Amino acid sequence: MTVRPQSTKTETDTAPAGVLSRVHEWVTTVDHKRLGIMYIMAGLLFFMIGGIEAGVIRYQLSYPANPAIDPVTFNQMFTMHGTTMVFLVGMPVLLGFGNYLVPLMIGTRDMAFPRLNSWGFWVFLFGGLLLYYSFIGSSGLYGDAGAPDVGWFAYSPLTSRAFSRGNSVDYWTLGILVSGFGSMATGINLVVTILCLRCRGMKLMRMPIMVWSMLITGFLVIVALPVLTGVQVMLLFDRFLGAHFFDPQLEGSVLLWQHLFWFFGHPEVYILILPAFGFISEIVPVFSRKVIFGYNMMVIALLWIAFQSLGVWAHHMFAVGLPPSLNAFFAASTLLIAVPTGIKIFNWLGTIWGGRIIYATPMLFALGFVGLFVIGGLTGIMLATVPFDWDVSDSYFVVGHFHYVLFGGTLFAIFGAIYYWFPKMTGRMLSERLGRWHFWMLFVGMNLTFGPMHVSGILGMPRRIYTYAPERGLDIWNQMTTVGYAIQFIGILFFIWNVIHSLRKGRRAGSDPWDAWTLEWATSSPPPAWNYHPLPVVKSRRPLWDAKHPEDPDSEYE
Amino acid sequence: MTETRTQANEDRTVFRSWFLLILVTIIVLGLGFVAMSMLGESIDEGASDPDVFQATDVFMQPDAEWNTSILVSKSPETREIRRLSWLVVLIAIGIFVVVEVLLIFAMIRYRKKSGEEGEPVQMYGSNPIELAWTVIPILIVVALCLTTVRTIQSIQPTVTERPDNALDVEVIGHRWWWEFRIPEYDVVTANEVSVPVGRPIWLILDSADVIHSFWVPELQGKMDAIPAKTNYWRFTADETGTYLGQCAEYCGTQHANMLIRVDVLEEDAFRAWAVEQGQPPADIEDERVIAGRETFLQFACRNCHGIAGVSEGTYAPDLTHLMSRTLIAGGMLPNNENNLKAWLEDPQKIKPGCDMPALQLSTSQIEDVVAYLMTLD
Amino acid sequence: MTELTATHHAATTRDAGEPQHLSRGKVGISCLIITESFFFMCFIVAYLYYIVILQVDDGGPDPSVIFRADIMVYIASVTLLSSSVTVVLAARALAAGRHGRFRAWLATTLALGGFFLLATVLEWKHLIGDLGVWMDTSSFGTCFFSLVGFHALHVVIGLSALGLCLLLSLRGHLPQAQAERFEILSWYWHFVDVVWIFVFTSVYLLRVYI
Ligand code: HEA
Ligand code: HEA
Ligand code: HEC
Ligand code: CUA
Ligand SMILES: [Cu+2]
Repeated sequence: MTVRPQSTKTETDTAPAGVLSRVHEWVTTVDHKRLGIMYIMAGLLFFMIGGIEAGVIRYQLSYPANPAIDPVTFNQMFTMHGTTMVFLVGMPVLLGFGNYLVPLMIGTRDMAFPRLNSWGFWVFLFGGLLLYYSFIGSSGLYGDAGAPDVGWFAYSPLTSRAFSRGNSVDYWTLGILVSGFGSMATGINLVVTILCLRCRGMKLMRMPIMVWSMLITGFLVIVALPVLTGVQVMLLFDRFLGAHFFDPQLEGSVLLWQHLFWFFGHPEVYILILPAFGFISEIVPVFSRKVIFGYNMMVIALLWIAFQSLGVWAHHMFAVGLPPSLNAFFAASTLLIAVPTGIKIFNWLGTIWGGRIIYATPMLFALGFVGLFVIGGLTGIMLATVPFDWDVSDSYFVVGHFHYVLFGGTLFAIFGAIYYWFPKMTGRMLSERLGRWHFWMLFVGMNLTFGPMHVSGILGMPRRIYTYAPERGLDIWNQMTTVGYAIQFIGILFFIWNVIHSLRKGRRAGSDPWDAWTLEWATSSPPPAWNYHPLPVVKSRRPLWDAKHPEDPDSEYE
Repeated sequence: MTETRTQANEDRTVFRSWFLLILVTIIVLGLGFVAMSMLGESIDEGASDPDVFQATDVFMQPDAEWNTSILVSKSPETREIRRLSWLVVLIAIGIFVVVEVLLIFAMIRYRKKSGEEGEPVQMYGSNPIELAWTVIPILIVVALCLTTVRTIQSIQPTVTERPDNALDVEVIGHRWWWEFRIPEYDVVTANEVSVPVGRPIWLILDSADVIHSFWVPELQGKMDAIPAKTNYWRFTADETGTYLGQCAEYCGTQHANMLIRVDVLEEDAFRAWAVEQGQPPADIEDERVIAGRETFLQFACRNCHGIAGVSEGTYAPDLTHLMSRTLIAGGMLPNNENNLKAWLEDPQKIKPGCDMPALQLSTSQIEDVVAYLMTLD
Repeated sequence: MTELTATHHAATTRDAGEPQHLSRGKVGISCLIITESFFFMCFIVAYLYYIVILQVDDGGPDPSVIFRADIMVYIASVTLLSSSVTVVLAARALAAGRHGRFRAWLATTLALGGFFLLATVLEWKHLIGDLGVWMDTSSFGTCFFSLVGFHALHVVIGLSALGLCLLLSLRGHLPQAQAERFEILSWYWHFVDVVWIFVFTSVYLLRVYI
């Protein structure tokens, strides 16, 4: 059967031109590609906001005893920064990519439940707006207005009525709770889509690793987020119905919050990194021109990390006075995660080994990811050894650790993914020159920002302090961090300019600009509303390799 | 054109893999060797640190008046922690070097050179090498687990492990100051405490409101002070001196200004200090001072602050021996007449959000009260 | 930049329709059930921790207050569990196209579920109205009302959905072709029952009899 050339026109091109009708179209859409793009855009917008909040933090800490920002505002800044970055940046952008790519990669036309999908997005967005509304709308009876200032993990009893008056904590709770419903819907949708809608021949073990990572992330979302919802409902009951789940005066245990929160919280950070692993596993092979090394082990490692992440939560609680046996157990279970993660790192190295590496921007970010994530992972290992954690827990060392994995890891992968799939989404290439500037500014800036944090932590600087005394010798490290932030800021400006510029002037991409191998490159850029007509049939993990090298197809080696 | 994936190519790649494997093994063995030599000594023998591992200048804060570096160990407990830390740090650095070297090597060696056409050899995986980079990390992890568990065992106290000759110190976190009590000598003080050198200190940690965390880096790792849960913690100071620390768990607005100061004294000096702290304030004659005490009693001060024989408040720092402390307001201000006046005028200006309200005293009342406070030494 | 050539499409030929490996609805409902289970886990853990393990004594009412309701709870539990059987029978009937039978079993299910709900209402009326126990009176109140309350909420949701099915069926809008959908709904109902087993064990068995 011959193949019809696919139209590059999408609905938008043919729709009546009015701005209103376009907006209407986007608002009412149930198309996974548009929802995916909206998720990513919303996430990037929140990233700008969260980044500016980080700027306020860095400005205040740039020299000791700085009178610039008052303590309450400072505390609101890091709370909103952390909450935003985790719930309104990491999750939506990653799930947005999942939304956009999964149906394309498994050769189907949409997600399993398109309307649920659209509901999920709007609920997420509403939750985010609700959280931000707290800046103006939370002056409850006591006049304690403003955004929440309890930290992103909102330990009780700080969140109780006695210590957090006004409604700021309620905005935090409700905002995250509501956006959590959206994430759970998306999680379910991803799992069902991947399990039920694969095209002919797309066996589980033929799925791109990216799709595997989304399947497993979806699973983690399904099991972890409801626990956050549950514990937040308890908090609401405490605050509104007079319940005392977390009231130490009345025999409540404040540690219950910590256990339940981190039972969610640790899988959450893997929700933020597994899709990133997925992106890297797509980008690295294509730009090394080699098949992914050790596919089976890559999948096993993902599963291993995900399942084990459910049993390590108390490593955030080493300083609360758990019995030594529990401390030992959680140290061991945490340390063991190094093994599957190491497998992934080494398999990426194995993939570039013997390849013909092309240094396009997505590959720069991917290799940057490998180099930086290892640093964050290894400091994580240090934190997992309990006595060392007693030294540096709740210090800037921890802040350094998680920014290396979150920024060097998650965010680098996200930028890599944007450069890689932007052509698919828009039909145009991003500028390589601006991309390089973007990469190097971020790479240098992020090391300058987050590297010295390890030192200030070792020097005894606790996190979440709005000021520190001049006599402590902490200035220089904080100043380096602040300068690093400025460099990152410029890097992000390059990115913004790149996107705006390329959307209009970028080189036309064609359907397969990177000479890649997974299914999404078989359809036009941007893909038509129904993705494929007819639906594809695959015989191996790299259907387009088979097509490009009929004399040497992949299927014989799997 | 693509090279076909022949047996010869497979062989070549397997060879490379073994090269990698050997490299990794050598480095791991080297690290293990270092680790073993470090773990030879144990805490009880009082062995000092191997010189190589003395903290470098950077981490000593040579110019700083306050040293809070975790790498300066002034107690057997911190030395024990540091032994573990260095092991972990070395292993981490070793792995870091291996990974980054391989990464950079591959990035340079396997970049696409001009003139290269077609696709390189497709290598799907290799069981021996993948097994290697699963098993070697497992071994490292097992070693780390064992040393971690051992260190936990040796320093995490449980209730039953209170040394017989230990000095009990009750530490109670408040927003945003620390209360210290030494029952043996009836001492009640705030933010600053003295302890004897060489004698095990048994900390009993509690909180009056939210979660705080007691952290004096040179003496011991941190331990949380949690409402409705008592934690125990232990250290023995090696040397006399002043050790600084601060609250390490976010506890609200003024979390940044919840500092701790531990003065380690010789046994005799400590006893003298403790006995002195246990005494009620001396009699006062000066009129102005008496007027100050009256004002203190008239205003709400007495509801919050305790002064032995004068008032009973327990909500705020005990003032019986206020002037024996070097700093006030959770460590924000040096303790002197001017600062006390400024503090009474408006605590919220100095420490915004703190739990002491501005009491609207007139200037002369402030002078009186401060005159009175100045007698409390 | 290679444009797709004809050979590329060797991989993408033939419209195979949408091959369904598994039923979307069934996988979806399973995911929802996992999610809900973890949600309930929070409240069960809280209950077990405070009431069964710590047996906190905060001076307020403790589980002994639910002694009185005991016998009622056993009956209600039996009815709720048996409604799982009747809903299966209903689903089978619908699959077989026997609508009369279907409606009969569905109505029975609704009645059994409704009875359970009634028992809960009476118990709460006793606790809140007669004894003045509520979330703020003790840890027991907090844990009990949130756990049992969320379960009751799920019963209400389940009953509403089942009731809607009955209504649709009576109007003739629930053809045999929808049997799978009804089966999926019945899974949810089973889940509500299974959760009750855990709730019942924690609340009525463990603390009262240890
Ligand atoms: C993307 C997010 C992400 C990821 C992937 C990780 C990964 C890891 N994290 Fe991290 N972590 C966070 C985000 C993340 N973390 C955040 C946000 C916090 C702070 C929350 C807060 O308090 O606000 C935190 C805090 C945190 C703590 C608590 C610190 C404290 O508060 O006291 C601990 C303690 O154990 C820890 C450990 C680990 C470990 C062991 C890993 C491992 O998964 C890392 C594994 C990777 C490697 C080890 C590198 C590669 C492996 C090899 C090259 C193989 C060879 C290696 C060995 C044999 C060791 N993390
Ligand atoms: C994905 C997660 C993520 C990311 C990307 C970041 C990014 C950054 N973080 Fe964040 N951080 C967290 C997650 C993250 N952080 C979390 C979870 C916490 C813990 C919170 C808590 O304790 O509760 C934290 C805490 C935290 C602290 C500790 C606060 C404290 O304890 O007191 C600091 C301090 O420096 C910090 C700094 C930064 C900086 C400088 C960046 C930079 O990389 C930011 C770079 C971004 C920009 C530079 C934005 C640029 C914007 C523009 C260019 C906009 C232009 C505008 C228009 C065109 C309209 N972060
Ligand atoms: C509502 C309670 C309250 C009242 C009333 C009150 N204080 Fe305080 N006071 C506090 C608290 C709480 C602190 C600790 C503040 C901090 O460091 O965060 C404090 C700190 C102090 C300190 C510094 C002590 C130290 O060691 O850091 C002095 C001195 C002091 N108060 C004197 C007074 C005097 C004099 C009055 C009456 C005119 C007074 N206080 C009234 C609550 C109160
Ligand atoms: Cu007390 Cu922070
Ligand atoms: Cu964690």
